[in-house]
Amino acid sequence: MSHSEELAGSSTAHGESIGYHGPSYGLFILIWIALVGLTSLTVGIAGIDLGAYTVSLALLIACIKSGLVLAYFMHFKFDTPLIKFLVGGCGVIFTGIILFLGLDIFFI
Amino acid sequence: MSKIIEARGGAKLHLTSSAAHGHGDNDQLFVHEFRDDQGSKVGMWIFIFTEALLFGGLFCMYMYYRNMYGLDFHNAALRPDIAAGTNNTLILLTSSLTMVLGLAALQKGHKAASVVWTFLTVGFGFGFLYNKYFEWSHKIGDGIFPGSETLSLFPLGEIQFFGLYYLMTGLHTLHVIIGMVVLTVCAVKIMYNSINKDKYIVLENSGLYWHLVDLIWIFLFPLFYLLH
Repeated sequence: MSHSEELAGSSTAHGESIGYHGPSYGLFILIWIALVGLTSLTVGIAGIDLGAYTVSLALLIACIKSGLVLAYFMHFKFDTPLIKFLVGGCGVIFTGIILFLGLDIFFI
Repeated sequence: MSKIIEARGGAKLHLTSSAAHGHGDNDQLFVHEFRDDQGSKVGMWIFIFTEALLFGGLFCMYMYYRNMYGLDFHNAALRPDIAAGTNNTLILLTSSLTMVLGLAALQKGHKAASVVWTFLTVGFGFGFLYNKYFEWSHKIGDGIFPGSETLSLFPLGEIQFFGLYYLMTGLHTLHVIIGMVVLTVCAVKIMYNSINKDKYIVLENSGLYWHLVDLIWIFLFPLFYLLH
């Protein structure tokens, strides 16, 4: 859904019917349930000693959760190509730097 | 009645008729209002990138000290209250849901629902602060705060851990408070129609900020409460 369509749509005489094209309430609630589920999972496995994998697993779950928030709540999935390019590009570089720094710190 | 002239790059010049303000139907006086929703959204994202850099630096510092004082970090992470951290995670996740529902409601033209969802989001913010207040009070009551005598007897790594704990969760809480103020302003603006079905970019950008706060917490939570 682009903004120009949305705005052009709402400015017509029958704008009411054209207004909203975004995801439904139901999808947002499903995402929320998934996020709560992943939170329970990460708290649940915190008590189990997984040795070296404990940190990686907790961070992996955090990454999945933040991916869901970014894609759906922050509308990344439904956004314009420009925003996708900006956020995606910066996101990859940012994650890459943190990841390689982490490898550098913990494994060398 | 309004006309929109689209300029290159998506910026729009909104011509709003004054007919709605009491003049006759044929008396069309156009008021120029420049609006660039796409531009302001890009601006908001660039601001979010700077926030990512701010917290990213602190996360790198956390990694560095965690590697240096592995055992101390392991022991120190036993101290923060998991229940308080989990509750606050659930509160922030739910507040992100109410935030996004508030925006969707406004885009669908349900103004009252949007106001309720937005105020509810602020309410969850208060819930977060309430929990945080008791969590920190408890820690400070135990004598664990930067510069305290009790903390100075701890191993060096645990002192580093709590330095980062107070700095990072404190900076995050400051963001929660700012978000609550911004969202309260948004809710009032929706009530007075200056944010509305056709003009919701301010609410959308404020929502992005609120989700960012949630996003940061998603990483703070395991690092300070779970990794023991």
